[in-house]
This record gives sequence, C-alpha cells and structure tokens, in this order.
Amino acid sequence: MSVKILIPTPLRKLTNNLSEVYGEGKTIIELVNNLEGQYPGLKERLCDENNKIRRFVNIYVNEEDVRFLQSEGTSLKDNDLVSIVPAIAGGI
Amino acid sequence: MTFVKALRCRECGQEYETTAKYVCEFCFGPLEIVYDYDRIKLNLTHEIIQKRSLDIWRYRELLPVEGEEYISLQEGFTSLIRANRLGKALGIKNLYLKNDCENPTHSFKDRVVSVAATKSKELGFTTLACASTGNLGNAVSAYGARAGMQVYVFIPSNLEKGKIVGSLVYDPHLIGVEGNYDEVNRLCSEIAGKYKWAFVNINVRPYYAEGSKTLAFEIIEQLGWKIPDQVVIPVASGSLLTKVWKGTKEFIKVNLAENHPMKVFAAQAQGCSPVTTAFLSKTDTFRPVKPNTIAKSLAIGNPADGYYALKAISESGGGAEMATDQEIIEGIKLLAKTEGVFTETAGGVTIACLQKLLKAGKLNPDLTTVALITGTGLKTQEVLFDSLKPISIIQANLESFESKKLASIENY
Ligand SMILES: Cc1ncc(COP(=O)(O)O)c(C=O)c1O
Ligand SMILES: [Zn+2]
Repeated sequence: MSVKILIPTPLRKLTNNLSEVYGEGKTIIELVNNLEGQYPGLKERLCDENNKIRRFVNIYVNEEDVRFLQSEGTSLKDNDLVSIVPAIAGGI
Repeated sequence: MTFVKALRCRECGQEYETTAKYVCEFCFGPLEIVYDYDRIKLNLTHEIIQKRSLDIWRYRELLPVEGEEYISLQEGFTSLIRANRLGKALGIKNLYLKNDCENPTHSFKDRVVSVAATKSKELGFTTLACASTGNLGNAVSAYGARAGMQVYVFIPSNLEKGKIVGSLVYDPHLIGVEGNYDEVNRLCSEIAGKYKWAFVNINVRPYYAEGSKTLAFEIIEQLGWKIPDQVVIPVASGSLLTKVWKGTKEFIKVNLAENHPMKVFAAQAQGCSPVTTAFLSKTDTFRPVKPNTIAKSLAIGNPADGYYALKAISESGGGAEMATDQEIIEGIKLLAKTEGVFTETAGGVTIACLQKLLKAGKLNPDLTTVALITGTGLKTQEVLFDSLKPISIIQANLESFESKKLASIENY
C-alpha cells in the first residue's frame, strides 16, 4: 500500500527538503504513523495528542478533503495521492 | 520608514523575519504582522492623516510595507453614504453604506492587492498570482499590469462573464480550473510550493490581508473619528471581517479613536455558510461545505480565516446570518431602488442579512450601523436577468408613447 504525499514548504525541513515523499498505510492515521517513522517530528505537526488532524492542517486524498471522507480514518489504496496543505492558505 | 517589527504566529507567538512566509513552522498557525504601536502613537495624528491623499496609503504607518513606492490606483477612501431611504424601508435609523464599488476595479479587493503588490515588489518578486472567486483576480490583473509584473490568476472555470472580462482585459495568464474555489485554492497552494511567485493570498497573505483594515480606518475617520456601534460584513474566507475587527482595535491602541463597543455581524449565503452555521451551532470546529449559491464571490466552503472570524464575532458580541438566492436578488434590487447603489451578489447578501438580523432583533435599529457594500453589480448582471421587468419598446412618436400609458397623469 504505497502512496505519494505532497509536502508543503513549512514541513520540508523535516523531509530533507523533499516536496514529495512516499509512505504506507491503510488509513490516513496509519500513513501519518508510517511517515513519523521515516521523518521524525512530522506527526506532531499534523496531529494533536488525540491523533486528530490539527485545526490548521488540511489533508486531501486524490483532491478530496478528508473531512468530507472519514477524516483520520479515511482509507487509502495503492497509488493514491495525498496532499498536505496549511489551512490558512488562500481565501478571498 | 517602517513601523513593522516582525511576523508573529497567532497561535504560539513564534516570531519570524518579514519575508514571504505565511504559516508557522512549528504549529501551522497563521503569521501576522507585528507593529511598533508605541512609536506609531507618537508619529500618527488625525491632522497628519487628513493632509494626505485620499487613498489607503494615508494610513501607511499601519500598513506592512517598507518604502514609499506604492503600487496604487488611488484605491480606498470610498464614500460612506447615509442611507435614509433604505433605512426607512428596513426600519433602522442611523444606517450607512460603505460603497466599495467605487474602487479602481470595483471591489474592496483593490485595497488588499495594492498592499500585496507593493510588498511583493519590495520582496523582489516579478510574478504576481492568486486563487480567486473573481474580484481578487480582477484586482491582481490590474495592479500586476500597473506594477509591470507577470500575472497568473486561477479561477473556478464557471465564473460570471463580467469577472472573466474584468481580468482578461489586463492581459494576465487567466486559468479556469474545473472545480470549485476550494479546489482552485488547494491547487494554488501546491503551485505556490513549487514556483517562486508572489501568491497574494498564499505566501504574501500576512501582508495582503492587512489592506482590509483600511475599511475600518476610513469608516471611523468618516464618522468623525468615531467607531460605529454595529457593522455588517459579507464573509467568504473570513479575512475581511477579521481585519475590520483588527483595524478598529488598532485605531484605539494608537489613540486615533476612543474605545467604543462595536458589534460585528457576518453575512453569508445560505448555499455556502460555514461561518454562520458554526456560529449558530456554537462550535469552533468547521465543517467544510460544497458551495451552491449565486453569490460566487462568497463561495468558499473551507474558509481559511473562518476560525478567527468566529472569534471576532463572539468577542464583539455580534452575530451571523445567511440569505437564500432569492433574498440576495431582492437585496440587490432593494438597495438599488432605495439608494441608487448597484451592488453585486455579495452586497445582496449583506443587505438581505441586514434585513433578517433587524427582523430577528439581533441588530439594534437605533444604533449607528454600517453595511459594507464590497463590489459592483455590473460584474454579476446575469443573476438579475429573470427578475427585472422588461423594457417598454415603442415607436418614435408621441402617439405610441401615450398609447402605452407610460407617463403618470400628474406629470403633464
Ligand atoms: C465582493 C466581495 N465581498 C466580500 C468578500 C469576502 O471576503 P473574505 O474572503 O475576506 O471573507 C469577497 C471575497 O471574494 C468579495 O469578492
Ligand atoms: Zn506557531
């Protein structure tokens, strides 16, 4: 279950400046745990203490906001594209 | 001379240098400009402001740029109109309209873009870009042309014709994305991470958003340096509302206005009302929505500043309302008929919500109230095609005119 993840600029310090990384997991939360193993510190930026996605983080699976799906529990399949975007971007 | 000290995270307080950075590396919170208010207080007076040109730059000490080479088309200092006839129709005494249709590209976006373009040039960018629901794209196209920058504008592909032509005429790269604004916005965030462009509402956002404070500054100045009791503000991303609140507090902080309670009211379309819905259900966790409304300029289902807009509404003791498409159209027509002001759908939302808030007793009809009319109706004409009466066609002779009984008898 390998998926590609787009990493926004503010997190690239944690991913050796990579803007795209690969990870594994059957759900978003599993994927986040997997990424934490590869890039320590990443999980804390994305999730709070209760494993919930933080207020200022948007996560998309194949262009759909996971809050329209099952949030952290959203399931993933091979070759899905996951995009992490700071919530504060854009508007107007 | 600049009075800007740093960029600071609204959530954790971490400070950063004033570059094209918009989100905190530690907590993802938004970055905001920090000013040296003590020094501004010593340097800025009513007299100094009143001697300056009638545009947003008369408040330059409270705007986040370094030099004085403003990319400007004389945006701002739009009329604050006393609206007695509309007030009478709605049953409210001291009603004012802030008419931002008067701006160079006919919406309040010229304020934010003048600041963003000026700062982007200072930071050395040569390309100006944005994700837009229409009005912002018009402003970025115009100010980009004025600044001699390359321009990229991304819009949902189904926008009104007036908003497409209103960008295209300035010859930007205009890209219609198949999807709604929230999808355009996500794409632009991804593009902004890859290209060295100044995306006014992404990487230059902390600077850009400050431009909206000038609406508050002007209203206060135009009321004789007095803060109004109530304001009604159309909300999409929530940036405008948040900054009107911030600007008002800043004027108090630097002694340009006396402290006075002001209630802030949010106006949204029923087909896209995440902020109003969150406010009414007393929660601060947003459910993004898929917009379905004629008010396309307000069709943001996942509002970036929604959380802070909610905080401002609550802190001020204000409220929130929403209007159906039909009510929006009636609002546009009522404003035009009573005051001679032709607004776009966003203004229709404001007027309709003003009316509903009054009916519900949430707005006090005896207090000084300002409604923000943020854009012109000429850009969204198509929403009215089916609800205006047809024109009378006659032959070019008196008999034909009189046979249609078009003139009323007493005017002979
Ligand atoms: C005419 C008009 N009014 C109000 C708004 C809302 O502004 P904000 O996104 O800052 O809430 C917009 C945003 O596009 C607009 O175009
Ligand atoms: Zn922070």
